[in-house]
Amino acid sequence: MEVDRRAFLKIAGLSGLLALGGTAAFKLFAPGEVDAAMEAVPLTEAKQWAMVVDMQKCWAKQKEGECKDCILACDYVHNVPRYGDPKDAIKWIFEEPYEDTFPEQQREFADENLKKLPFLLLCNHCTNPPCCRVCPTKATWKREKDGIVMQDLHRCIGCRFCMAACPYGSRSLNWVDPLVEMKDRDPRFPYNPDYPVRSKGVVEKCTFCDQRVDRGMTPACVVACKKKNVNALTFGDLTDKDSNVRKLIRENYTIVRKPQLGTGPNVFYIMRGNYA
Amino acid sequence: MYDGGKIIVGLVIGLCLLFSPYFFNAGRAAKAPQPELTPQAKKAKVCVAPTEWIKANHMHLLDTWRNSAVRDGERYYHSANGKIYYESLQTTCLDCHSNKAQFCDQCHNYMDVQPYCWTCHFAPTPKEKSQWKSIEERFLK
Repeated sequence: MEVDRRAFLKIAGLSGLLALGGTAAFKLFAPGEVDAAMEAVPLTEAKQWAMVVDMQKCWAKQKEGECKDCILACDYVHNVPRYGDPKDAIKWIFEEPYEDTFPEQQREFADENLKKLPFLLLCNHCTNPPCCRVCPTKATWKREKDGIVMQDLHRCIGCRFCMAACPYGSRSLNWVDPLVEMKDRDPRFPYNPDYPVRSKGVVEKCTFCDQRVDRGMTPACVVACKKKNVNALTFGDLTDKDSNVRKLIRENYTIVRKPQLGTGPNVFYIMRGNYA
Repeated sequence: MYDGGKIIVGLVIGLCLLFSPYFFNAGRAAKAPQPELTPQAKKAKVCVAPTEWIKANHMHLLDTWRNSAVRDGERYYHSANGKIYYESLQTTCLDCHSNKAQFCDQCHNYMDVQPYCWTCHFAPTPKEKSQWKSIEERFLK
């Protein structure tokens, strides 16, 4: 059989692809039972996880009575300490008023209510994260598979370059040892037996619940909000044009924090213009 | 030699003090650690790898796990015995070996190693486990 150069290259390329695909498939479907305690395998996949925050729904709920379930759920799931002193505060998902959330988008004659209204803030999991660029130990980086800005606290040396680089204040340094300082403040600490605490001198932030996402679950704040039937938080894949987040962004007017810096934030805020 | 007597007496006392730990502990070997297995660990019979290998190499396995789980996001370990385990010191290892003091610390103390795993990872107490169930019920179920 004559094989010309073109056909040979085609065959070589195809068999290479098959070999690669084959090993991946083998890994995925390799025989083996998942240990009973850990039944989940990754169910959800995305190229870039993103969140859409509908504060209108949240404010409506706040009018009925205070609800901080998303913040509480996050703190409990990740053993986030609460010291009371804002200087030591560890922030994963937190609140700030409009004027601090969108400082460059102030209008002199805007609704007075808007300025005071709280917004939910978390790590923006930027498309172009400045924190990752400055980290000298690669303790923080952008995950290629799903765009989560991850942190490896085993590697963090606490230099705080990332805190200086982040324009959103999403990162916090552990000035004190949480296990020691929380002992008297909350006897329930550490709350989650499946999640570690941190040592003194490392920087931490929201990770879009990577440990849950890797096991096919949505982030804790989203689940807590859904459980209250508020549904102010939506989590999904930004690269899929039919995804829940893309639908919300398409159908609503949304803004992001400090877009002029070119970081490409992936947390979107729906603005409806009703701030009564 | 000026004050020779005093110097020699001083030297003898000094040497005695220096070697006193050897005299005191002569003939007494320090008790070898005997790590205890919990009933759950005994029932499971197998660890994620053969026991002898784990004894010598558990620290290397944990080092591999922390990199693959945290850095690569690959959280499942395909064990040679065909089982799949979630790669976690706190969730997987300490689930069976929930007696950290009798199982981990005993040997670590004997060998005088202070693994810094335990500055962040902790052995959950039954109280913590039950209180977590109620928190989970309240927010996440």
